[in-house]
Amino acid sequence: MSTTSRWRALTHHHLFWPVAVLVFLLLVNVPFTPDFFSVKMTDGHLYGSLVSIVLFGSPLILVAVGMTVVIATGGIDLSVGAVVAITGALACSYISHQADQGALSGVLLAMGLGLLAAVVCGLWNGFLVARMGIQPIIATLIIMVAGRGVAQLITDGQIITIESKPYELIGGGYWLTLPFSIFVVAVVVAVTVALTRRTALGLLIEAVGGNAEASRLVGIRSRRIKIMVYVFCALCAAIAGLMISSNTSAADGNNAGLWIELDAILAVVIGGTSLLGGRFSIGGTVVGALVIQTLTTTIYTIGVPTQTNLVFKAAVVIVVCLLQSPKFRAKVFGAKFGARFGAKSGAKTAVASADTAAETDAAPKMEVS
Amino acid sequence: MSATTQSPTAADSRTPSKAQRLLGDRRLPVAATALLFLVMYGVGLGRYQYYGFAEPQVFLNLFIDNSYLLVAAVGVTFVILSGGIDLSVGSVIGFTTMFTAWLVERQGVPLLLVIPMALVVGAFGGFLMGYVIHNFEIQPFIVTLAGLFLFRGLCLVISKESISISDSAVSSMAQTQVSLGMGFLSIGAIVSLVVLAVAFYVLHYTRFGRRVYAIGGNGQSALLMGLPQGGTTIAVYTVSGFCSALAGLLFTLYIQSGDPLHATGMELDAIAAVVIGGTLLTGGSGYVVGTLFGVLVLGLIKSIIQFEGTLSSWWTKIATGVLLCAFILVQRVMTGRKKT
Repeated sequence: MSTTSRWRALTHHHLFWPVAVLVFLLLVNVPFTPDFFSVKMTDGHLYGSLVSIVLFGSPLILVAVGMTVVIATGGIDLSVGAVVAITGALACSYISHQADQGALSGVLLAMGLGLLAAVVCGLWNGFLVARMGIQPIIATLIIMVAGRGVAQLITDGQIITIESKPYELIGGGYWLTLPFSIFVVAVVVAVTVALTRRTALGLLIEAVGGNAEASRLVGIRSRRIKIMVYVFCALCAAIAGLMISSNTSAADGNNAGLWIELDAILAVVIGGTSLLGGRFSIGGTVVGALVIQTLTTTIYTIGVPTQTNLVFKAAVVIVVCLLQSPKFRAKVFGAKFGARFGAKSGAKTAVASADTAAETDAAPKMEVS
Repeated sequence: MSATTQSPTAADSRTPSKAQRLLGDRRLPVAATALLFLVMYGVGLGRYQYYGFAEPQVFLNLFIDNSYLLVAAVGVTFVILSGGIDLSVGSVIGFTTMFTAWLVERQGVPLLLVIPMALVVGAFGGFLMGYVIHNFEIQPFIVTLAGLFLFRGLCLVISKESISISDSAVSSMAQTQVSLGMGFLSIGAIVSLVVLAVAFYVLHYTRFGRRVYAIGGNGQSALLMGLPQGGTTIAVYTVSGFCSALAGLLFTLYIQSGDPLHATGMELDAIAAVVIGGTLLTGGSGYVVGTLFGVLVLGLIKSIIQFEGTLSSWWTKIATGVLLCAFILVQRVMTGRKKT
């Protein structure tokens, strides 16, 4: 009795299925790369597939964490890719104009400039959504369209390459044997979790997402919260932008962060946050982003042609979304199964969708192996 | 406000003043876009008079160079009027160019056979998305996002490299010029204008058109009135898929190659054209003629930037964004007034 109930509690934890998929995906790699889990120490740095998954997944995790908070308020932010491009372009062009590109003060100023630009973008998005009452998809579309133009304007249409040791640290450097970007991600995630789960902020965000009008009547400043989440999301995107441009030591206004908004939304959905808002899970999102990165890595290591990557992603999105739909579950699995997950309305639906989503999320990938 | 009663048509208890009636007129946004187009054209005439801007062919080139965008935007107009959104447009266009190039060049299938095949594939893709959106009640945004990934992925599955088309049927069709006396149009431009005319007829003179407006205006009441909401939703996405595939064919003609990266992000151009054309993104209000002006305005920005010479292409993106923003805000102010 107690073991079964403990098992039930475990499988009903909202992180269970996303984590299960992640573990499954990691295990799929073992037959193809036997030393997949081994982490070697070379030149005082840790190397290994696991480390590189987190390293290459860092920008996506950051953007997805910001996106989670926005989606929790019932919104969506399409402009993150453009913000990534703008930030990288600003920072790199500032550094490239310095006499000494390695000077720490110049690098810090460049980063500050990038972050400031992101805050402006976030304020603008938040203003349109919260003050003007424009649908989030449309409001953020403006910067998505114009932002890449601005980024190219900053870089003058060129790919700016820089040589700056301190700047390289953010995206390509090592600290305490681990890639520095992992620490950046850890700090951002920890701060976000602390702010949203140790204070009432998370609750307020969910209240706004559940019903903005009701929360306003209750006395929550829903407009201010909405503006805040867009600024936060833009800041996360900006850090990702710094990381990407630092990793390549270059700013590419056209291609930096291309389609990252779509990957981020996908990560949020895999992590069990409903696109309807009102409920979110930062942990789920981090796992979701890792699932996407692992999927990409797996496709590489297994030797599946990389061009099918997008088709797999599409399959994952479709399956995840279908399983989030109560109607689909009722039709395919019958009323009983549908009820099992559907009946726990409200609070549990997001969780239910996450675990069922994750369950067959693995299906298309099994074909790979 | 309520003091002025005595309205014979009784639907509204107040008689709006002339200014209010003008502001509330649904045709106003279209008129504004048309006016904007004329003003921009006038400015262009003034600035580049001596560089041949006034030649009729420059004007006709707007239709030739943007024929594919017009067709795609017409499809998106249907979707947005019904209250949805379609993000898969650019991918379907890209996929169609690859599909056509691959069949014509690598498999030797005659072009006349490939055209209907491409159209069927596009329409079927749209149908599937509409089916999922309606039957499983998943947000159009995420379903068409999956469509975006899928079709872009399928492009790459066909070939990673671009395939140039040297087929004589394609190049002769691409080079055909339909003379209009003062200039000429390409076949693509003619097709796009036919599509526009058909869309205009369907939206304003058929039952299907009324249904699209009805479910976009208020899906719930449309359903209660007994309108086939599901069928209409599915049909709207099918139309959009068909238009995207047709736009892909026109793009193939225009550029005479298939490339897995063709038309990346064109869904945004199409959505922008629809919005600038005055169609409300919440659905239920707008005109497909507005979409034409939206496309023409976007095309004119590109021409002006070409004529300017010193401005770089990224100014197109920035100008599009600024225009988009302006129109969204205007729409917002207008709909806000209507409510109160």
